[in-house]
Amino acid sequence: MAMEITQFLLAAQSADAKVRTEAEANLRQFQEQNLPIFLLSLSVELANSEKPAESRRMAGIVLKNSLDAKDASRKEHLVQQWMAIDIAIKSQIKDLLLRTLGSSVPEARHTSAQVIAKIAAVEIPRKQWPELIGSLLNNMTQIDSPASLKQATLETLGYVCEEISHQDLVQDEVNSVLTAVVQGMNLAEHSPEVRLAATKALYNALDFAQTNFENEMERNYIMKVVCETALSKEADIRQAAFECLVSIASTYYEVLEPYMQTLFELTSNAVKGDEETVSLQAIEFWSSICDEEIELQEYEGSESGDSVPPHSRFIEKAISLLVPMLLETLLKQEEGQDQDDSIWNISMAGGTCLGLVARTVGDAIVPLVMPFVQTNIVKPDWRCREAATYAFGSILEGPTIEQLSPLVRAGLDFLLNAMKDENNQVKDSTAWTLSRIFELLHSPATGFSVISPEKLEQVLAVLLESIRDAPNVAEKVCGAIYYLAQGYEDAGTSSSHLTPYLTNIISRLIETAARTDGSDSKLRSSAYETLNEVIRCSYIPETSHIVAQLLPVIMTKLGETLELQIVSSEDREKQGDLQASLCGVLQVIIQKLSGTDETKPIILQASDHIMILFLKVFACRRSTVHEEAMLAIGALAYACGPEFGKYMSEFYKYLEMGLQNFEEYQVCSITVGVVGDICRALDDKVLPYCDGIMTFLINNLQSTELHRSVKPPIFSCIGDIALAIGEHFEKYVSHAIPMMQGAAEHCAKMDTSDEELMEYANQLKLSIFEAYSGILQGFKNAKSEVMMPYAGHLLQFIELVSRDSPRDESVAKAAIAVMGDLADALGPNTKLLFKDSIFYVQFLGECLQSDDEQLKETAVWAQGMIGRVLVS
Amino acid sequence: MAPHDLRRPFKRAAISDQQKRRDLSLLRQAQNRHDAQQHARHLASTVLSLQSSSSPELDIELECEQESKELDVRHASKLRGAEARRWFAKQLMLPEWIIDVPDRLNLDWYVFARPAGKRCFVVSSNGTTVSRLRNGSILHHFPSALPSGARTRGASGPAPSYCILDCIFHELDQTYYVIDILCWRGYSLYDCTAEFRFFWLNSKLAETGACDSPSQYHRFRFSSVPVYECDQGGLHAAYTGVVPYVKDGLLFYYKHAHYQTGNTPLALVWKDENCSQYVIDTDSKGQVPSQQQVALELQDDGKLSTSDDPPVVFGSLDGDFIQKSGLHLGSLLRFAITEGGLSFVDGKFEKAELHYLGKVNRARAFADSFSKIMFQYMVRHSPLKIDDLLASISSSDDQQNKPYDVEMAG
Repeated sequence: MAMEITQFLLAAQSADAKVRTEAEANLRQFQEQNLPIFLLSLSVELANSEKPAESRRMAGIVLKNSLDAKDASRKEHLVQQWMAIDIAIKSQIKDLLLRTLGSSVPEARHTSAQVIAKIAAVEIPRKQWPELIGSLLNNMTQIDSPASLKQATLETLGYVCEEISHQDLVQDEVNSVLTAVVQGMNLAEHSPEVRLAATKALYNALDFAQTNFENEMERNYIMKVVCETALSKEADIRQAAFECLVSIASTYYEVLEPYMQTLFELTSNAVKGDEETVSLQAIEFWSSICDEEIELQEYEGSESGDSVPPHSRFIEKAISLLVPMLLETLLKQEEGQDQDDSIWNISMAGGTCLGLVARTVGDAIVPLVMPFVQTNIVKPDWRCREAATYAFGSILEGPTIEQLSPLVRAGLDFLLNAMKDENNQVKDSTAWTLSRIFELLHSPATGFSVISPEKLEQVLAVLLESIRDAPNVAEKVCGAIYYLAQGYEDAGTSSSHLTPYLTNIISRLIETAARTDGSDSKLRSSAYETLNEVIRCSYIPETSHIVAQLLPVIMTKLGETLELQIVSSEDREKQGDLQASLCGVLQVIIQKLSGTDETKPIILQASDHIMILFLKVFACRRSTVHEEAMLAIGALAYACGPEFGKYMSEFYKYLEMGLQNFEEYQVCSITVGVVGDICRALDDKVLPYCDGIMTFLINNLQSTELHRSVKPPIFSCIGDIALAIGEHFEKYVSHAIPMMQGAAEHCAKMDTSDEELMEYANQLKLSIFEAYSGILQGFKNAKSEVMMPYAGHLLQFIELVSRDSPRDESVAKAAIAVMGDLADALGPNTKLLFKDSIFYVQFLGECLQSDDEQLKETAVWAQGMIGRVLVS
Repeated sequence: MAPHDLRRPFKRAAISDQQKRRDLSLLRQAQNRHDAQQHARHLASTVLSLQSSSSPELDIELECEQESKELDVRHASKLRGAEARRWFAKQLMLPEWIIDVPDRLNLDWYVFARPAGKRCFVVSSNGTTVSRLRNGSILHHFPSALPSGARTRGASGPAPSYCILDCIFHELDQTYYVIDILCWRGYSLYDCTAEFRFFWLNSKLAETGACDSPSQYHRFRFSSVPVYECDQGGLHAAYTGVVPYVKDGLLFYYKHAHYQTGNTPLALVWKDENCSQYVIDTDSKGQVPSQQQVALELQDDGKLSTSDDPPVVFGSLDGDFIQKSGLHLGSLLRFAITEGGLSFVDGKFEKAELHYLGKVNRARAFADSFSKIMFQYMVRHSPLKIDDLLASISSSDDQQNKPYDVEMAG
């Protein structure tokens, strides 16, 4: 029955592109003609020991790709296809794969293990392969099972556990799997290959082991085996064991107490003396404990009715030994680690962990770290100075301001001087530490900063000089300037302290952005992003002329990007990145200057030139719209108001392009937002474009491929359009409302136990209400009766949402508002609707009692509207 | 299928401004959307609530999209001195006197008995209540139970919160009778119909305890007045019904009108001896003069005009006379209408025969309105009677079939 496909599989890997393409086409053809036989043939190929290794491997790859895909909707499609295959054939395939686990060819075993896991991912949740676990376990317990089979079986178990969730197995199965896996780790019985496979499988099986970990005996046993495995002769097995410990640290934090002594010794030895791959895992263990405890501390701070797991204070208890251990790792830096993104070594891991410990224990860390800092910061060896600087920077978050500010004040001059250190890495860490100081201890907006206004001159002098240093240092200096500026955000008149230096800061940042000595564009984007923050936080009454002068400079640069020679796709990408940065700056400038009446005319005068530039940026590419330019145009539309209408004839096609681009859903989302800006700017003058826009919006809503995050913005946008064009919206009602009702029903069915899904559900509800509000208010003065048929469904939806628990404030506001809009727009026609409805009185009442002033006000208004209807 | 990547952000990842810009844009768009919808609902913009919220102030000042009138409302409660007087002088809705009976009286109009007394604005804000007469001068400054009307523990309602009521202070029972509402708890009701304003007034006023008897933090009692649909029954009730105050004529309000500042034909006043103590205007001694007296304003070209906008010219003075008598632009002068009276051509007013009497009382801030002069003239010659009003209602009664009889009692 199976086809002979060996030659196609081999040809598909040919160096000759033509041969390859033809083979791929042939394979695809087989797949489309007869999928079940095709898959069977592949599994036959994979199982056949007489076939060449390459074709067997390819068969495995093609099999995998027939069962799984990155794209969610494609994956769903593949799953459906598999499910539709005749059960007999599926059985055969699965058998073949299981048999291949015993192959003598390692790659065949390995591939087979992966394919089995993919099928398991589809079938086990649907209870379609109940024998799988049993078969695999059989391989482990049979007396004459070769080691290679056991190893492959363990691998398979691991992969399978990774694919399924713990609801998919019954406890008995879980117990058996765990038993098999833990047994596989047994030193006495198994070869290193088997033990390694077992340890890795355990990592994946840990998620299932909740019940087992709750049982003291079982837990003790598992922990014993893991800790023993952590002392294996083989480094890769030790590493795998520590990986398990890292996972246990986060998943089973509550039960770790009895083992902490042992774990401390194990990890400590690993950090001090083991190979780096193992040491890194050992440090990660402690970082994970910190993560857990920090989260518990934040949880304690917030009010919650849920029971909070107890805080075991492991870090606090361990710090006197843990901190010195970490400080030692700081001295093991690699040269050039700051300039190479791919490096991750023990000093970096240790330093990061130290920062987490500081956040966990707060003030207690200071006396443990400061002696190290003070001793090492003056040593001749650069490693000592850098380690001391980094250590100081890493404890700036966690301890109280009272503890830290004297230390920072005392050390500030030293740090500023250290920006002239002879060693690049010392400067890098110094600049980083300075940026941490500004980020964490400099907040003039709330009235406190370790940097007094008098110090500002000295600080900026150092920063503006060091920004000319090597790219990695310059980048950290940008970060320092970024946070220095951010401290003045919303600080009112205190922001004027920065004003005298603004011109220099801006010109230095522009100079930095133009540097060509960085190996990538990171320095340039950091410079522009810092520029953005500086502009945002500047004190506009004093700085408007400076920002205004910057506008033509940035516009010129953007114009220059249009002249760049584009030969390769790499060139195109670089151009795009640069345009993104510059459009970002323009966006910030536009928003800043259009924010006050005095400075708004500057933007209005320049709007023609700005718009021409953006249109040219769009014209650079054929198929996709530049997001940043689009975002900036939204800000411009808001600033220009009705005057923006003159650009629409040229701009509209790009608007369409953006709306159609739901593959790049961020672009689509941003474009939808800009449509809203344009509606508010043009009001009813947007009418000529509405047919096209509404068509795209409705199409997008109907598409199954649209990323769900775009749906809420689309609904809000529909409301914006309706509000702008009023009664002219009538022709779109029969298309828009069904989508809104459909989405409302979808909300009703959503399982909101998933936090992420709940957030999406709230966004969707809010946007549906906003759409209704816009439509109702748009129709209010004419044609409101058009909406009468839909009033009942809307009121039902409002009722449903009013029962939400917990209640989201924004959603509640929108619900109350749209309820008032119903009464306001449809008037006496809704009298019966409200009379027959009971929930709204309570809902109104609850909102009237709210602490949220806006919610209360809206409720008062809605109450008035409904009251008016009831007496009519 | 390997364990999670160990790498953690080291010395923090590069700054992501892009996300920040996106978030700020979304925030701006959401706030603009909110403002546009609130504007459609005729509610004050988020500028008010931004000022009171603790969310970080963006460097984006939201423009108040409302007319300047509503900005005035926002600031009115904070005005002081001459500025306040000037503002208030222009703000009261001044009914015209009924000269002709309007159509559809029973469908489109309310009627109620006007309390005798001093017409004023009452503004409660920042813990105190101030009433101002039409010329802007302060009548009373006192604590009241209106929202933000007194400094008591527990501020009532959202801040900033202020109310502006259109009232008549009745001396006899020391009560502020509320005849209209312009602003409630910071909400502007200027652009709401009279129908809505009265509904709002009736439901809100009593809630606050302002209708309770005076107490330590509530010096004067407030009360609403019974308002009726202007059908037969309603008109009768307003005209003859017993009320706790002395009546001074009947007020007719067009249901669908917004609050109109200055003179407006959408609010009308009418009186006769049965519903008012003083039908014909009296002079300063309280006597009815034998000849009708009017107050007119001197314009720059010597013309004498009423207080309407645009003003109606009643006559003129010559330059010499103006100089000799020490008069100037804006002077308010008293005249008597002599035998020649008012002359009409084709039903339209043409001129009046006037005799100069002198300057007006210093407390007067305005000339008479045209409708007032006309009404007084008619009272002396051919007054509009209650029966005329009732007749007008019954004739249109036959043409419609709505069985309204809702009494909006206070």
